[in-house]
Amino acid sequence: MTDDTLLSARGLSLSFGANDALVSVDVDLWPGEMLAVVGESGSGKTTLLNVLSGRLVPDAGAVWYRDPAGKLHDVHAMPAPELRTLHRSDWGFVHQDPKQNLRMNVTAGGNVGERLMAQGARHYGNIREQAIDWLHQVEIDANRVDDLPRTFSGGMLQRLQIARTLVTHPRLVFMDEPTGSLDVSVQARLLDLIRTLVTRLKIAAVLVTHDIGVARLLAHRIMVMQRGRVVETGLTDQVLDDPQHPYTQLLVSSVLQA
Amino acid sequence: MKGYNFAYLDEQTKRMIRRALLKAVAIPGHQVPFGSREMPLPYGWGTGGIQVTASVLGAGDVLKVIDQGADDTTNAVSIRRFFARTAGVRTTTRTADATLIQTRHRIPEKTLRDDQIIVYQVPQPEPLFRLEPSRVETRRMHGLADYGLMHVKLYEDIARFGQISISYDYPVMVNRRHLMSPSPIPAFDNPKMHRMPALQLFGAGREKRIYAIPPWTEVRSLDFDDHPFRAINAARPCGLCGATDAYLDEVVTDDRGGRLFVCSDTDHCAERRAAGHVGEEGLKEAAE
Amino acid sequence: MSGLRDDTPMSQVVLHTDALDKSFTLHLQGGVRIPVLAGVGLDLQAGECVVLSGPSGVGKSTLMRSLYGNYRAEAGRILIRHHGAMVDLASADPRTILAIRHETLGYVSQFLRVVPRVPALDVVAEVLIGRGASQEAARQAATDLLLRLNIPRRLHGLPPATFSGGEQQRVNLARGFIGRHPVLLLDEPTASLDAENRSVVVAMINEAKRSGIAIIAICHDTDVRDAIADRLFPLMPLQDAA
Repeated sequence: MTDDTLLSARGLSLSFGANDALVSVDVDLWPGEMLAVVGESGSGKTTLLNVLSGRLVPDAGAVWYRDPAGKLHDVHAMPAPELRTLHRSDWGFVHQDPKQNLRMNVTAGGNVGERLMAQGARHYGNIREQAIDWLHQVEIDANRVDDLPRTFSGGMLQRLQIARTLVTHPRLVFMDEPTGSLDVSVQARLLDLIRTLVTRLKIAAVLVTHDIGVARLLAHRIMVMQRGRVVETGLTDQVLDDPQHPYTQLLVSSVLQA
Repeated sequence: MKGYNFAYLDEQTKRMIRRALLKAVAIPGHQVPFGSREMPLPYGWGTGGIQVTASVLGAGDVLKVIDQGADDTTNAVSIRRFFARTAGVRTTTRTADATLIQTRHRIPEKTLRDDQIIVYQVPQPEPLFRLEPSRVETRRMHGLADYGLMHVKLYEDIARFGQISISYDYPVMVNRRHLMSPSPIPAFDNPKMHRMPALQLFGAGREKRIYAIPPWTEVRSLDFDDHPFRAINAARPCGLCGATDAYLDEVVTDDRGGRLFVCSDTDHCAERRAAGHVGEEGLKEAAE
Repeated sequence: MSGLRDDTPMSQVVLHTDALDKSFTLHLQGGVRIPVLAGVGLDLQAGECVVLSGPSGVGKSTLMRSLYGNYRAEAGRILIRHHGAMVDLASADPRTILAIRHETLGYVSQFLRVVPRVPALDVVAEVLIGRGASQEAARQAATDLLLRLNIPRRLHGLPPATFSGGEQQRVNLARGFIGRHPVLLLDEPTASLDAENRSVVVAMINEAKRSGIAIIAICHDTDVRDAIADRLFPLMPLQDAA
């Protein structure tokens, strides 16, 4: 791990029976940087995301995280309460299906405010104000603050999930196909939102996507995975415009142009 | 009573329950599972409270049993008689004279002493019961002190009703660590739990959980800084004794909308009347 | 903020390549290898404009993209003066390349890559906001530049996706010039422009040169080339490899 990486992993391996989901994967992520992990189904990209975020334990290898004080933590050796606190404060996780990360029977304001309350916020007025501010930032009408997510469209739910995740200003966000479940016309808006927020708040992110266009739009660096292995990694536009590995060339040439 | 052990339960069971109680006292507010026994009354009728009482009751104890504050309701009478017969202990309706008080859904108005024990009957020990259906998850939340969800519920109340709408079984934080259900006592009674000199024991028979608050423990009702907890009560004095700071029951007196507010705590009311306090209703009677 | 440091003399080399090789291996076509650049050595000084010349397909765009880090050089060095020191872009890690692009090296490609939803004004202003300028100041500078390139105000608030090719290219140029990068790469800067806009761009290029910015350009229009080039850098087609 170099002196200034935010998240590093070395030699991550994980098998599910005979299936090698990850084979000796290394990852480095710097503060404020967006890393896209692309690959087709079965490439291991989602498994990698889950291992990096501590949700899955690897068979081999380690993941280190540098906290705001500069101290290194082995993510899989952390006690469960510490990891849970990390997930609620300094880290965020955006799921493909926003319903997985939202309380559908709690108002939008309550959903956004929950992480604040979990961290000890005890002033109703302030919590509500921050929630409204965040709804505004993700382009949800502030009047919806007391509405239940049941009444929201897919795009709105995803934006609500983002607000709920970013409200504690995490330094690192894991995103699993954030636009995967959305209609194409809605995706553009969400991608633009993610791009703006991530840049403005200087958030580091690991973004798993099968959509190369999304990677090109959002990511500084890109990692291409095939059957559990990283086949190519580097500057996004360089990997996509001048792919070296045969699989990357195949992936890039397969993308249909609109 | 012939054929039964003292206070009905066998000694092994009492030992098991006492161990649970010790653990509960050591971790204020933490729910301890216990092997709830078959009791001669069904679940939902106070089996948890009865088992706790049976386990701590001694021959020299003086027992008081109340149900919604009253000594004379059917259940209170039945339970008191149960212990009178199976343990032969003295019973009383006077809070001041009791060493052990078993209660359903109220705390006596009179401040309890450090030589008294109060045993609460608890239907549902899990404060997060309605918010999180998974018991595995609630156990994790308690273990990690991860209580954001409860505050979300309070937030939702304020967003929807302008105020926290919980009027009974109002969740509390015990010893700054465990979220606890105080049992369905009115929110009005919550402040009495804070630094109570008496030992507070809680038994849930159907759910098979025991918890406790040792004497002098900090118990705070959850709230927000800008929506502080308020103990709500009817804005009337007691019609019989004129008390203004006791929890009142509303009694419908006729079919023309007539109603009477009286102390829920029957012993408290009787004591006040014996001391000469008279409420409006009493004055009316005197005038007639 | 001007990208050029005050202590850079006009004659100082700001970009230097040596032994630069670039070939493409097409694994999907049986692994056929196509060499494009071999041993390219180029020096660029502050304030000068070098125009790459040679027949179509000889590798001018390839060279330019390699200089930008968009293509990966196979061998050789691409030294660029970044914060006063010469940094080898060919072997630099991605973060360094991004830093160089942010402050030192600009690139105007032949076609604007359109980002959905972002208005033309912000496409241009983003560059300055990324350097720490206030949104207001950045947008003002962007407005001025777009107007200079004859993009009318009514288009500033629209995303460029629906613009004509010429309009898109002018937005692209605005984005490239506004950052005042000390080294600027221009790929066919006037290709889709009419005479009036061509002369605006020529003026902008010459202004940039006068302020010390070094430019490498690909330009097929001989008139424009004559107006901006200090010298030509010819590229020769390579013999076909086996």
